[in-house]
Amino acid sequence: MINASIKQLSAALAAKTISSVELTQLYLDRIAALNPALNAYITTDAETSLAQARAADGRIARAEASPLTGIPIAQKDIFCAKGWLTTCGSKMLHNFVSPYDAHVIARFNDAGAVNLGKTNMDEFAMGSSNETSHYGPVKNPWDQARVPGGSSGGSACAIAARLCAAATGTDTGGSIRQPAALCGISGLKPTYGVVSRYGMIAFASSLDQAGPMGRSAEDLALLLNAMAGFDERDSTSLQRDKEDYARDLAKPLNGLRIGLPKEFFAEGLSGDVAQAVEAAIAEYRKLGATVVEISLPNSKLSVPVYYVLAPAEASSNLSRFDGVRYGYRAPDYTDLADMYEKSRAQGFGAEVKRRIMIGTYVLSHGYYDAYYLQAQKIRRLIAQDFTEAFRQCDVIMGPTAPSTAFELGEKGDDPVQMYLSDIYTIAVNLAGLPGMSIPCGFGSNNMPVGLQIIGNYFGEARMLNAAHQYQLATDWHSRAPQL
Amino acid sequence: MTWEIVIGLEVHAQLSTSSKIFCGASTAFGAEPNTQADAVSIALPGVLPVLNKGAVERAIRFGLAVGAHIAPRSVFARKNYFYPDLPKGYQISQFDLPVVGNGQVVIHVPASGKAEAYEKVVRLTRAHLEEDAGKSLHEDFHGMTGIDLNRAGTPLLEIVSEPDMRSADEAVAYAKALHTLVQWIGICDGNMQEGSFRCDVNVSVRRPGAPLGTRREIKNLNSFKFMQQAIDYEVQWQVDTLVNGGAIHQATVLFNPDTGETRSMRSKEEAHDYRYFPDPDLLPLDISEEWKEQIRATLPELPQAKQARYVNELGLSAYDASILTASREMAGFFETALHILLPSPQSSPASGRGSERENQSSISAKLCANWIMGEVNAQLNRDGLDMTQCPISAQQLGGILQRIADNTISNSGAKEVFRAMWVEGGEADAIIEAKGLKQVSDSGAIEALVDEIIAANADKVTEYRSGKDKLFGFFVGIAMKASKGKANPAQLNEVLKRKLAG
Repeated sequence: MINASIKQLSAALAAKTISSVELTQLYLDRIAALNPALNAYITTDAETSLAQARAADGRIARAEASPLTGIPIAQKDIFCAKGWLTTCGSKMLHNFVSPYDAHVIARFNDAGAVNLGKTNMDEFAMGSSNETSHYGPVKNPWDQARVPGGSSGGSACAIAARLCAAATGTDTGGSIRQPAALCGISGLKPTYGVVSRYGMIAFASSLDQAGPMGRSAEDLALLLNAMAGFDERDSTSLQRDKEDYARDLAKPLNGLRIGLPKEFFAEGLSGDVAQAVEAAIAEYRKLGATVVEISLPNSKLSVPVYYVLAPAEASSNLSRFDGVRYGYRAPDYTDLADMYEKSRAQGFGAEVKRRIMIGTYVLSHGYYDAYYLQAQKIRRLIAQDFTEAFRQCDVIMGPTAPSTAFELGEKGDDPVQMYLSDIYTIAVNLAGLPGMSIPCGFGSNNMPVGLQIIGNYFGEARMLNAAHQYQLATDWHSRAPQL
Repeated sequence: MTWEIVIGLEVHAQLSTSSKIFCGASTAFGAEPNTQADAVSIALPGVLPVLNKGAVERAIRFGLAVGAHIAPRSVFARKNYFYPDLPKGYQISQFDLPVVGNGQVVIHVPASGKAEAYEKVVRLTRAHLEEDAGKSLHEDFHGMTGIDLNRAGTPLLEIVSEPDMRSADEAVAYAKALHTLVQWIGICDGNMQEGSFRCDVNVSVRRPGAPLGTRREIKNLNSFKFMQQAIDYEVQWQVDTLVNGGAIHQATVLFNPDTGETRSMRSKEEAHDYRYFPDPDLLPLDISEEWKEQIRATLPELPQAKQARYVNELGLSAYDASILTASREMAGFFETALHILLPSPQSSPASGRGSERENQSSISAKLCANWIMGEVNAQLNRDGLDMTQCPISAQQLGGILQRIADNTISNSGAKEVFRAMWVEGGEADAIIEAKGLKQVSDSGAIEALVDEIIAANADKVTEYRSGKDKLFGFFVGIAMKASKGKANPAQLNEVLKRKLAG
C-alpha cells in the first residue's frame, strides 16, 4: 500500500479495501518509527490527521469523493495551516500557530485530503541541503549521512521514505526540483502565478512558487489539479481557464522536440550525473522524441543575478519578523531598537542573516542601480534566452543538480559552493517558467540522479506527458530506499 | 534687508474608501483598538496585498481635478523601515513612478493688512497612493507601548507641491484650496481632527534672487491655525539663526501647539535609507484611457469653474463667488435656492430678451447670495452648524426669496419668516399667512392710508412743503406703523411723495 500511486489509493479507498483512517494510521506509524532518524517532519498531529481521515471516509461513503479525498499528504512547513504550528523552519516562528489556511492548504482541505503533518525545510526556504533548519537537518533516506537537498528536503525525504503519499513544496531557485532529484522522487514547479502564494510564507515574492512533489508524474498531475487556479488574494495569481493537467499523460512522444542546453553539460557537472541524464535522453529518442542542441548564453549569470534579487526581496519580506506581534521575542532588552536587534539576532539563523545583509546592501542608496537594477536587466535577458530556445524545441532537458546528494556538513562552510547546487534550476525561476525533476538513475555512490524537464509558459501538461511516458518505460521512480 | 520665504507642502489626504487600500478591513474611525486589523493589517506571515480599485479611482479623480497627468502605468514600491506601528516593516507607497504628476491649483489669498486679495497658481509635483501606518499609544500602558493597527493600511493620497508659496498666508490658502477640493470631488472627508487631512510643510528662507535655502520640514500639522503659527515661528527662527551667523541644517521638526514652537525631531544625518524597490507582490498599476474618461465624466463642476460662471453669467463679485464655492454643499445650496427664483439659472441667456433675463438673473443671484452669506451663514455660525446640518433647505429659502422678489413680503418680514422657519420649519407661504406678514400692495388701500395721515398731521405737512425734506422719514414711519409694517415700502414711498407734493 505504501508504494501505491494516488490513483491506486483512491481506487482502494473507493472500493473500501482500506479506509482513509487506516491509511493515515499506517503512515503515522511509519512516521513514529522512522522520523526520529530522518527528521522529515517538524510537526505531526495524529488527532487532527485522523479526524480529517474520518471526515474523508464519510465523504467517500457518501460518494462525494474527489481524486484526493482521503489521501495522506504532507505539507511543507512554509504553508500557514489553521491551528497548526507553522515555523518555516525558523526559531523566529517556533511558537506561531497559524489562525488561517494558505490557499494551497484550503485547496487540499476542500479536496478532502488528509494533512499528515508539516515537513522540515531550510529556514525560510533559504538553503539547498536542509541544514539551515532550526529543527535540525533532514537525512537523505538513501544514505542518512547525506543531505536530502533543500529547501523542500523534508517533503522529498518523506515521499522517498514512504512517510506520506505525496507532499507539497515551494521552489524559489530549485527548492522543489533539487531535493526531488537528490531523494529520487518527482517534483514540479509550475509557471509563476499558476498556484496562489496566499498563505505561503514569502522568501522572494517574484520567484516563489508552490508545487507538488510525489512518486510519479501521474501523481503530480492530480496534485497540481487541486493546487492550481486563480486566487483573488494573490495579485500575481493568473486568471486562466481551469485545466486538467492529466489530460495529455497518455499521448505518445512521437515528434517531441527536446532541447539540450549546451551550457548544462559543461564544466561543473559530475560524470555520473551526466551519464544518467544522457541515458535518459537516449530513452526519449527511443520513445520517438528528437533532440536538438540549444544555447542559453546568459544562464551562467543566473546564480549571481539570483543572489542579488532573492536576498533583496527577502530582506524586505522578513522585516515583519520583528518580535512585536507574534513569533520570537528576545527575553531581555533595554529599548525598542535593542528588542528588534536581539529578537532578530537570536530568532534568525546564519544563512537567513547572511541573505538579509546581502539584500539590504544591494538595495541601499548608491548600490541599487549597480546591483538590483542591473540584476533585473539580466533577468530579462535570461528569460529571452528561453524564449529563443523554445522556438526550436517543445521541452528543455538536462540535469537537475550538478551532483548527487552530498554529505551532511560537506558544503556548510562554503555558501558559494552550496549556491552552485542550484545552477541548473535558478534560471527557470528567474524566467518564471515551469520545471520539474524526475528520477533517471543512480550515481556512482548509488544516490539518485534527477532529470530536469523545463517547459514553456503553461507547458505543465506537456512536461507531465513527457515525464509520464518516460516513467511508463522505466522504473527509476518506483525504486525505494532500504530503511 | 528683506528675506524671501519659500514654502512647499506635502499633504496626506485619507481617501474615503470604506475598506483599506490592500485588504478588506474597515477604515471607519474610532473603533476599539485592533478590531479593524485583519490578517493583512497585522502582517501575518504569508498574507498578500490586493489593491483597492476605489483608492485608485479617487487618485485619478484628484489628478483630473487638478489638470494633472495620469500615469498610464505607475508602480507600487516598498519603503523599508522598522517601527512597531508599521507591521510589515515596510510601507507600500509609490516612488519613482507615481499615479499623478504635474497638476496645478489656483489659490485665493485673502487681503491682509495693506495687501489686497489676489489669486495665484501653485504647481503640483505629484500625487501618489500609499498606505497609512497604525498608531503607537504611549499612555495608559504602565511604561509599555500599545499598538493599534486599525489605521494600518488606510489609503492615503500624498499630494506634493512645488516650493511655490512665498508666505504663510499663501501656504494656508493652498492648504485650504486643497482641503476644499478633495471634499468637493468626494475623495476625502477632510476631517482634520481625525487626521484625514494632514500637512507637512517645507520651509526655507533666502535673500531675494538667491538660490534656495536649506529647508526644514514641519511634520503633521492638522489645523490651518497651527500651520500659520508654525510657519511664522519657523521663519522667524530661521531668519534669526542666519542673521546671527548660524546655518540651517536640513531637519524634520515638530510643532508644539502649546508653546507655539517648532522643535527638531531628526536631522538629515539620522535620516533613514528607505531602500525603495518595486513591490513584487503587486503588479504595475495600469490605467486605461477609458477608465480615465469614465471617471472624468463623473467629476462635478469644479470650484474654479463655478466661480468663473458665477462672475460671468450671474454677475456676482469674485469675492461672493469664492465664498459661495467654499464647499460643494454651499454652492449646491446657492444654486438650488436660485433655481426656485429662476426657472433655469444654469443655462446661458436665451437670445432675444437676453439682456433682460441676464439682468433678472443677476438681481436674483445677488439676492440669493446676500441671504446665504448673510442670514444663513450667521445663523449657522450662531448654532455651530455646517451647511449639511442647515435646518432650512435650499428649497425653503428659495420660497422665502420668491416672496421677496414678488413683493409679497418686505425684507424685514422675510427675516421674520426665516427665523420662524429655522426654529419650527414649515413653508414660507404658510408662515407668511400665519403671521400675517403679507404686505399691502393694494394701491387704493395705501392711498387711503396716506390720505388719513396727511389729514391728521396738517402742521407737519406744511413744514414739509415749506422745504423741510427730512420729515419724509417721519411720514414713512407713521405710515408703516399704521399699516402694521405691511405696506409695500416702494409703493408707500411713491404715494407719499406724490401726495405730500400736493
